Amino acid sequence: MKLSNENIIEMYTKMIRIRKFENRAMNLFAEGQIGGFVHLYIGEEAVATGVCSSLRPDDYITSTHRGHGHIIAKGGDLKYMMAELFGKETGYCKGKGGSMHIADATKGILGANGIVGAGHNIACGAGLAFQYKGTDQVCACFFGDASTNQSTFHEGLNLASTWKLPVVFVCENNGYGISVSQARHQNITDISQRAVAYNIPGITVDGNDVFAVYEAVNEAVARARKGQGPTLIECKTYRWRGHFEGDPTVYRPVEELEQWKKKDPIPRVEKYILENNVMTQAELDQLNTDIDVLVEEAVDFALDSKMPDVASAVEDVYTDIVEEGRTR
Amino acid sequence: MRELTYGQGIKEGMRIKMLENPDVCIFGEDVGLFGGCFGVTAGLFEEFGEKRVRDTPISEGAIIGAAVGSAAVGLRPIPELMFVDFATVGMDQLVNQAAKMRYMFGGKLNLPMVVRLPSGGGVAAAAQHSQSLEAWFTHVPGLKVVYPSNAQDAIGLMLTAIDDDNPVIYLENKTLYAMPGEVEDEVKPIPFGKANIKKEGSDVTIISYGKQVYDALKAAELLAKDGIDAEVIDLRSLYPLDKEAIVESVKKTHKVVLVSEEAKRGAYTGDVAAMIAEECFYECDAPIKRVGALNCPIPFSSVLESYVLPSAEDVVQAVKSLF
Repeated sequence: MKLSNENIIEMYTKMIRIRKFENRAMNLFAEGQIGGFVHLYIGEEAVATGVCSSLRPDDYITSTHRGHGHIIAKGGDLKYMMAELFGKETGYCKGKGGSMHIADATKGILGANGIVGAGHNIACGAGLAFQYKGTDQVCACFFGDASTNQSTFHEGLNLASTWKLPVVFVCENNGYGISVSQARHQNITDISQRAVAYNIPGITVDGNDVFAVYEAVNEAVARARKGQGPTLIECKTYRWRGHFEGDPTVYRPVEELEQWKKKDPIPRVEKYILENNVMTQAELDQLNTDIDVLVEEAVDFALDSKMPDVASAVEDVYTDIVEEGRTR
Repeated sequence: MRELTYGQGIKEGMRIKMLENPDVCIFGEDVGLFGGCFGVTAGLFEEFGEKRVRDTPISEGAIIGAAVGSAAVGLRPIPELMFVDFATVGMDQLVNQAAKMRYMFGGKLNLPMVVRLPSGGGVAAAAQHSQSLEAWFTHVPGLKVVYPSNAQDAIGLMLTAIDDDNPVIYLENKTLYAMPGEVEDEVKPIPFGKANIKKEGSDVTIISYGKQVYDALKAAELLAKDGIDAEVIDLRSLYPLDKEAIVESVKKTHKVVLVSEEAKRGAYTGDVAAMIAEECFYECDAPIKRVGALNCPIPFSSVLESYVLPSAEDVVQAVKSLF
């Protein structure tokens, strides 16, 4: 597949945006500046980037608890994301959602989701709406390896395949369902095999190779737009951090992480960029510096923002009802 | 005026909105070709076609999830689960997704969807096809819950439900589907949170909804023979709740009996009773009484089932205990 230099630079930019945002979030969590559950995407950047680079702005995604990468790759604004991690009123969700529920419907992001496997059927719903309205939009559905053991995975793939819905199912197989390794949670190695049960294409790709992900998803998106139904794409990858920040990761050997770090998706793209004269080293460095600045601006924006007015806690439950507040 | 059954009323409400708005669609188990397990959607498949009245696999999670996703991007779906009991299978999508997405996302998403859930016992369907689970739904912030008792209200509440930008749980009592009722030629939408005073009275307020409205009215008739003048309120909308109508009535009668078909423990009526205690305890001159099903699963055998479910006689007894 021939990619333009512009495409490659855009993909690389997305990947380092994710990496730098996540590294900053990791430090902020360690410093105690942000709390709650934070599930970092470090190491998996090629998946979100490869997928979202195949989508148009009017396409949709459903995300997971490990959603920052998906949201950044689909065009989420780092400022509003960071402010949400801080629980500020300027955050994407006005402080009501936090890390696990960042969404931006205007960018086609139907939300990160705290329930493992919840996105499969929601993505089908989005796909149903596109099919119903006769648009050629698609919905990409991100989910982890462990969620393929949920009934929702099977319900969603069955519905999407039966109705030929324009959905691309993207499994991020990072080898673990929280602490339980894939070998201990399912009797298969390649999750793409499960596509056979639904008579749809299933393919396994190197999830740390952004171009491989892009190519596979691009084909799946084209199929979906043509009304040929869903595809299951398994991207084998690895999360460098624990399931959540604070997870001591006693369940996996250090050597395993070291092996995967050698397959870091970002230097692979950098190497390609330099070898193919897409950018010079100086341009790469400049891009990195620019994104460092962008991330710091996001942190400053979050720090400078106000905490939400407590009265807002009972707003937004409904479109037309404000629930009773507290008198104190 | 004309006569329609309760089931026909539900269908008319949906049909009116489907004619009006191409984004309104129905999907669920056997709602299409088969016309619905209780015949409610009969004829709509033929009239509107498979695109708008779609049979789904038996996948409650997929049905509700597809409603959530399609509502999020612009449809106004009416998913149906054949029995409220099956909501358990789709409960994550209802409780964690439909009810919370708008809030979690900072108020930036509307989810206009009406979930139809046939409820209640009395048809020898036993424990997994007979429950009254309204308390599960009213308990969850983010859901609206309505429960019509007659054809006219079925239409009016459906019109409002489909136009609502929030997820609405539309409960139906399956023993009422064939019950005929007078219906205006052109039914207006019934705003949520407006109870209906079915019978005015001065001695006791009987609060009910759905099928138990008929038990309450029958009880009122029987009580009249003993000189007790009961007021009967049909809540119609469980959330939002018409607190005002309830409090007004209690201020007049000073006695309250709440009637529902739910297992009494943890029932929705308990929440309304608590509201009355909080808002107008000093207006009550007798304990607040509740009538419900017994705290056991609904049994199959007709003698057992009718023993477990509440009846008009139970309402009469509860009222009399207050005098």
